[in-house]
Amino acid sequence: MNADPLVSPRRERTPDAASEARLLEIRQGAKQRGKVAEQGIRPEGAPFPVASPETGYYGIHLLKEPQWTAEIPLYFFTGGAAGSAAVIGAMADWLGKDPGLASRARWIAFGGALASSALLIRDLGRPERFLNMLRIFKMQSPMSVGAWTLAAFGGSSAASVFAKAAERRFGDRFAVRMIGNLGQFFSALLGLPLHNYTGVLIGATAIPVWNKNIQTLPIHFGASGVQAGVSLLELMGHSNSRALNLLGIGSALWESWEGAHLESRGETELQPLKTGASGAVTRTGGLMSGPAALVLRLLAAASSGNKSQKFRRAAAACGVIGSLLTRYGWIQAGHASARDWRLPLDIPDSRKTQDYGEAISDTPRSRVS
Amino acid sequence: MNRETFAQHNGHRTTAFLTDSTLCIGCKACEVACKEWNDVAADGFEWSGHSYDNTGSVGASSWRHVKFVEHEPEPGSGGNAADLSSWGFSSDVCKHCEVAGCLEACPTGAIVRTEFGGVYVQPDVCNGCSYCVVACPFGVVQKNLDDGRAFKCTFCYDRQKAELEPACAKACPTESIKFGEIESLRNQAQERLEELHDRGMNDAQLYDPRDTSVGGLHAFFIVRGDPRQYNLPPKPEVPTTYLRDGWRASAIGSGMLLAGALLAFLASPRTARERSERR
Repeated sequence: MNADPLVSPRRERTPDAASEARLLEIRQGAKQRGKVAEQGIRPEGAPFPVASPETGYYGIHLLKEPQWTAEIPLYFFTGGAAGSAAVIGAMADWLGKDPGLASRARWIAFGGALASSALLIRDLGRPERFLNMLRIFKMQSPMSVGAWTLAAFGGSSAASVFAKAAERRFGDRFAVRMIGNLGQFFSALLGLPLHNYTGVLIGATAIPVWNKNIQTLPIHFGASGVQAGVSLLELMGHSNSRALNLLGIGSALWESWEGAHLESRGETELQPLKTGASGAVTRTGGLMSGPAALVLRLLAAASSGNKSQKFRRAAAACGVIGSLLTRYGWIQAGHASARDWRLPLDIPDSRKTQDYGEAISDTPRSRVS
Repeated sequence: MNRETFAQHNGHRTTAFLTDSTLCIGCKACEVACKEWNDVAADGFEWSGHSYDNTGSVGASSWRHVKFVEHEPEPGSGGNAADLSSWGFSSDVCKHCEVAGCLEACPTGAIVRTEFGGVYVQPDVCNGCSYCVVACPFGVVQKNLDDGRAFKCTFCYDRQKAELEPACAKACPTESIKFGEIESLRNQAQERLEELHDRGMNDAQLYDPRDTSVGGLHAFFIVRGDPRQYNLPPKPEVPTTYLRDGWRASAIGSGMLLAGALLAFLASPRTARERSERR
């Protein structure tokens, strides 16, 4: 849209006589040339198009579309998987269940934190200023809470990974073991918010399809993160673990319920989740990480041996792809929602009234008189 | 308060814009003055087909935007001749909300409230995370993709510090854009509304949503008719109102993961292979 490359506006300017004279010149010019002496003509069909309470302002959408790059939904995926893996791995370790899984989970948490940080920094308009994220801590900004959580999570999962490596290399020393245990504890503790806060992040915005779902989005995104974490662990060789399959079944159940819940609701704000490209992506993602993963996991639990393994790996592939699609779909839905000029103006969509008439009459809309 | 007394005024006071669209002639001097003063680059030259509005909306490169609202002819009480369309103009700007979504959302503290009560993006702090963009219920602040940072009306913070009015208000030839102390402007708006109602313009009203979570604006508007035809939302909400529900859901989800992982591992007995792996 911008024909000329934009010059950055200057930071601050000191008014002087010349600058003030120039502003007065603009004012005089407008005064003289702004006055139209002629009577004017009325073209056939005028006025067109007309702005009105029914058409809004020429149908120009009020809200700005999200300006995040494709890195952000990918970060939602890596952050969700890393956070979940940290919790799952720590739990396995604490209960003395599966040391191999616990170790693999530590690496997923650490690698996920690294990847997440890289993705977040890449998305910034001024990546060299990424440290400004930690300039202050602000409870009312989920972006600030998330940046601190990720930073602390990254630090503790690094401590956990390197302490384990040092233990293996130099033997069991108290200090090293303490660092490892503390790192693992904090990595699990911070993994909890990290695995689902992104639902709060997009829910607490002005974008209608997001804020309309604030009460379920964090759990939805959390379940998606668990699904991703479990599936990655399985694809990395832990497809025997019964605990992982149970967790996979749990998250797939939740995702199935979430999908059914979204489909059963008729609010106009949810349209981007059901129509267009964003609807296709969120629905496919929901089907893959919900019912498809669920059925495959149940089949795996019911069968044994090679067959069971095949089902597990198929379920894991479904889980990873489903989780990725879910994140991209929700971001796309946010774009579509911002473009829907009717929503912030509280104008019912007359085209959709026929299809969703019941839903619209359910929620009486106030009008500004 | 007129300009001279403002210039003589010392100390900080809360300032505001009152944009009276019944006085606006659609000359766009405010857009020009704003771009010139703040050195904001041009948007290119494109015809929108939406009346004489080729700016479209406020954004990273347009901090003032004149709206052109066309109607069927409305002869009398401010309308036009019977055969010509009726025109309403209104200069839009950042609303400088009392509770500002962008300011709440900014993780770096780049967005601050100035001593004059305006909402200001410090360009030397902003790192371009663009979270403010989705947090603004008025769709004002936007990331300049060439520059990487978020931009919006500064309320001419530099000029206000020099005790001058913002460039748009200074350049406005009809004083449709009024600048001054917020309470006195609110009173002025009420007086103006009474005057307009007395003159038969009963559809004139003040747009200043003080009963929503936004808590009122530092840039309010006198418009005629339904504010929605000027793209002014009837119920703007600051997104922080959703936070409580969001963090509650996050806590529930975290509890579910913790309990789920505990139960899943308790339910899976240690296999012989795992026992041998753990030395």
